[in-house]
Amino acid sequence: MNTSLHELGLLATAAALAKKEVSAVELATALLDRAAQVEPKLNSLTWQERDVVLAAAREADTARAKGDTRPWLGVPLAVKDVLSVNGQPCTAGSKMLRNYVAPYDATVIARLRAAGCVFVARTNTDEFAMGGSTATSCFGPTRNPWSPARVPGGSSGGSAAAVAARLAPAALGTDTSGSIRQPAAFCGVTGFKPTYGRVSRQGCVANASSLDQIGPLARSVEDAAALYQAIAGVDPLDSTTSPRPVGGVLAAAQQARDLKGLKLGVPREYFIAELAPELAQLTRAAIDQCAALGAEIVEVSLPHVSASLPCYAVLGSAEASASLARYDGMRYGLRVDAPELMEMYDRTRAAGFGDEVKRRLLFGTLVLTSRYHADFYLRAQKVRTLIRQDFLQAFTACDALLGPVTLTPPPRLDAAPDSASARQWGDYCTAGVNLAGICALSVPCGFTADGLPAGLHVVGPAFQDELVLRIGAAYQHATDWHQRAPTGLE
Amino acid sequence: MSDYIASIGLEVHVQLKTRTKMFCACPAHEEGEPNTAVCPGCIGLPGALPVINREAIRKTVKVGLMIGSRISLYSTFDRKNYFYADMAKNYQITQNDFPLCIGGGVTIQVDGQPKTIRVHHIHQEEDVAKSTHLDNSTEVDFNRCSMPLMELVTEPDMANADEVMAFLTTLKQMLIYADISDCNLELGHMRCDVNSSVRPAGATKLGVKTELKNMNTFKGIQRALHYELQRQIEVLRGGGTIAQETRRWDDVAGVTLPMRTKESAPDYRYFPEADLPPIVLDEATIAAWRAELPEMPAARRARFVQEYGLPEYDAGVLTADKAIADYFEAAAKQAANPKAVSNWVMGELLRALGEQGQDITAAKITPAALVALIGLVEAKTINMPAAKEVFQILFENGGDPAAIVQAKGLAQVSDTGAIEGFAAQAIAANEKVAAEYRAGKEPALMFLVGQVMKLSRGKANPQLAAEALRRQLKG
Amino acid sequence: MNPAEKSDPVDVRYVAGLARLALTDAEAAAYQHDLAQMLAFAAQLRQVDVANVPPLQVLTEAQSAWREDVPAPGLSREAALQNAPLVRHGQFVAPKVVE
Repeated sequence: MNTSLHELGLLATAAALAKKEVSAVELATALLDRAAQVEPKLNSLTWQERDVVLAAAREADTARAKGDTRPWLGVPLAVKDVLSVNGQPCTAGSKMLRNYVAPYDATVIARLRAAGCVFVARTNTDEFAMGGSTATSCFGPTRNPWSPARVPGGSSGGSAAAVAARLAPAALGTDTSGSIRQPAAFCGVTGFKPTYGRVSRQGCVANASSLDQIGPLARSVEDAAALYQAIAGVDPLDSTTSPRPVGGVLAAAQQARDLKGLKLGVPREYFIAELAPELAQLTRAAIDQCAALGAEIVEVSLPHVSASLPCYAVLGSAEASASLARYDGMRYGLRVDAPELMEMYDRTRAAGFGDEVKRRLLFGTLVLTSRYHADFYLRAQKVRTLIRQDFLQAFTACDALLGPVTLTPPPRLDAAPDSASARQWGDYCTAGVNLAGICALSVPCGFTADGLPAGLHVVGPAFQDELVLRIGAAYQHATDWHQRAPTGLE
Repeated sequence: MSDYIASIGLEVHVQLKTRTKMFCACPAHEEGEPNTAVCPGCIGLPGALPVINREAIRKTVKVGLMIGSRISLYSTFDRKNYFYADMAKNYQITQNDFPLCIGGGVTIQVDGQPKTIRVHHIHQEEDVAKSTHLDNSTEVDFNRCSMPLMELVTEPDMANADEVMAFLTTLKQMLIYADISDCNLELGHMRCDVNSSVRPAGATKLGVKTELKNMNTFKGIQRALHYELQRQIEVLRGGGTIAQETRRWDDVAGVTLPMRTKESAPDYRYFPEADLPPIVLDEATIAAWRAELPEMPAARRARFVQEYGLPEYDAGVLTADKAIADYFEAAAKQAANPKAVSNWVMGELLRALGEQGQDITAAKITPAALVALIGLVEAKTINMPAAKEVFQILFENGGDPAAIVQAKGLAQVSDTGAIEGFAAQAIAANEKVAAEYRAGKEPALMFLVGQVMKLSRGKANPQLAAEALRRQLKG
Repeated sequence: MNPAEKSDPVDVRYVAGLARLALTDAEAAAYQHDLAQMLAFAAQLRQVDVANVPPLQVLTEAQSAWREDVPAPGLSREAALQNAPLVRHGQFVAPKVVE
């Protein structure tokens, strides 16, 4: 059995452990061995310590032998390198935090730890989650498991690649403008960005506080729903979390068989000239599949989609300029010494941050200065209102939206778009969801002629997370795209 | 100075008295070793989020209610961005757009007349860490970081240093009264930025202002203002212009020195703090907080005059400290003669407290015991020296005055027979003094009264002793 | 980009000072160019009619999510200082501050 243990999804892993068909140590060993095989090609992990992982797995096995029946006891998970796990590094893919070891658990980690999970690896990310390629990490770029010459997307590219390459049954990621959904689409896995306020951000290295949200990347919607349900819900340590009950999301996803009675909207603005024809075709086919499952498909409009990226560029950068101010060489992280305080700050930050981070910090600082504040920052906040209203308006005509996740298949690493064009097109389909604070799912919906995965975007109203997952689960029940695995990585 | 008018406004930062910090549950105390009251939040670790302390909001709103502010039913937090060694996040969470309290005023007494200093707003924010500047480095302790502060910003309504002192004293008294803050200046519980400008008498437009940063003693503020206003006047007299700038007070040199000009003033790039939802208050909550407010010092002073028939002076002294006023009132309510209670509190009690360096809570004498003691004096059961002796015992150990008088045998001797005897003895032993009295030297009698007291071991009623002596010396 | 902006370029040194980033001359020139480009991109927002549109400042539906004034354990001093580049007397140490 050992050779195929890494193939098990999240719920299957939990079930196998519960039935004692496999031990946590056997599972962890299989995953460690798998990583040793494929990581030289992928570079999806930033940290994995065999001894630490096996010790945690042994602890889980001991607990089970003593009668511990927690449902996720010994279940291995990979964690994006922006979420604090007590005692593990938390680098955010940055030279700035290369030596930082978190002294506390993020709320999501504390919840999963309490459920019995073993945190087996930390996954690569664009530096401070700023990017769509996982190429700006100080650990070097992660490769796409379906085509190692290509990017896995980002910023949760390490999590998406690791789940696709079977290095963990599931992983946690973060999404500020598409950072879970875009890599999920590029790597052929399922990725879910919950409604803002649904999952606690406590312990998540902040990029932009009003946009960031933690979510699952997994091999199926059911697995994603299970992981989401385990981490969601109000947290007294994150004041922006909603007190609404999470509900039985997993059960709802598991029961989903069709889409009867649902009206699904297709925003025409997503089908622009820049959308690769193959992806348009795959998305249309997926929409047809949804219709076949009983959904009524209607065309809707989101008039301000094209404003969402400039809006995100202004607001995201502005917030990041404050979020990242704390990295100053004083209390943790890199320090480049200087005889005087301000010079120490200047040198430390110059040495610790990469090019894209600096560009965003400078731009975010600029748009908040008194000279530019009204014309850029304040204006962007107003545009954000309009973007949110677009979605609210669309949801009066339908229950959820369908569309592409990305405009193109994963680009080659050596031909990846530069910063400017990435800004212009990278998160075209996804950033609006974060600006509006609503929820969205990326599910695999086919492959290009080159064998590159594509994702179907399911977008739902705020706090309709269960509905979005149900739609995705019904779609996956009728399709098998999500069951395909990349080959030849060994 | 009379040909120039000054306008002074204050930004007063007050550390609120709470058990925990503003945005995390670390204990809010500054004692203890450095960096022992810290958490991921107040040292700014990656990923840590702020959570609002309700008690701090309650206290700030109560200050607003005390000074007649409009309480915002909706208020929000913002980030103020700047780098410094004492900052955990290099932004301070504060309120810029929608502060908790708007408007209001504090009434002070100027030459016996009331004057209201208008308050622009009060907002809530967090304190910075404590940094110790050494020759070649700075050591930083984050125990104080994120302690709750309220910042009260006045209009430029004060005309001189005396009015500033009156304002600060009045404000401090109110804050202590309502248990908002301990207002311990030595611990930095109250810190001020002082904005001042001068203009020629008759001019209506305010002059260019300067700001004195981070003043933390009343004495320093007074000295700095005297210097700064004079400096500005001299600049104007010399035909110069005032630069809009931030200055600092050099207490040793006794001068203010420029720190930075308006042009180099930092751009704080305020923007909404997305980690914190808005504070939404309802009228019921505000009403409940209003109901918790104690009577303010000025109102209490007036009431003491009216209700207890005290002179203005007594009422002022007694209400200066809420605990003293509470003590007085507890005693006065049971006493036949409130003025006697006032005399004892202002006299013996404040003296004893001062000598011991204690506050009233440490005194063992209960208000009821003080009233009983006064009763014994008024009934002439004991004389004043004995009463003071009993007071000292009560102050240190507590107990029942009558029982102490009994146990110590301090009851006055009012038995005229015994007193006549002591008087005769005193005259016999001091013939020369007696002769002086007879010759018309009235003060000599006091000596003889003293002798009678001595013979009675302090217990004789001094009035009766004097009467007996007069009678015998006449005869 | 309108002509007024072209004649009034971004002061990249000023912005880098606020953001506390040391820049070489070459970097300053490169970021100067990038910032101008990013401003031009963001200036697309001027095409959106935002008259009478309120700014979106609060996304969360949570309100007054506050806590009671009850202390909770934080970090031990050892844990608080474990990542610090320089520690003395149990304190974080910064280079001297020049006003």
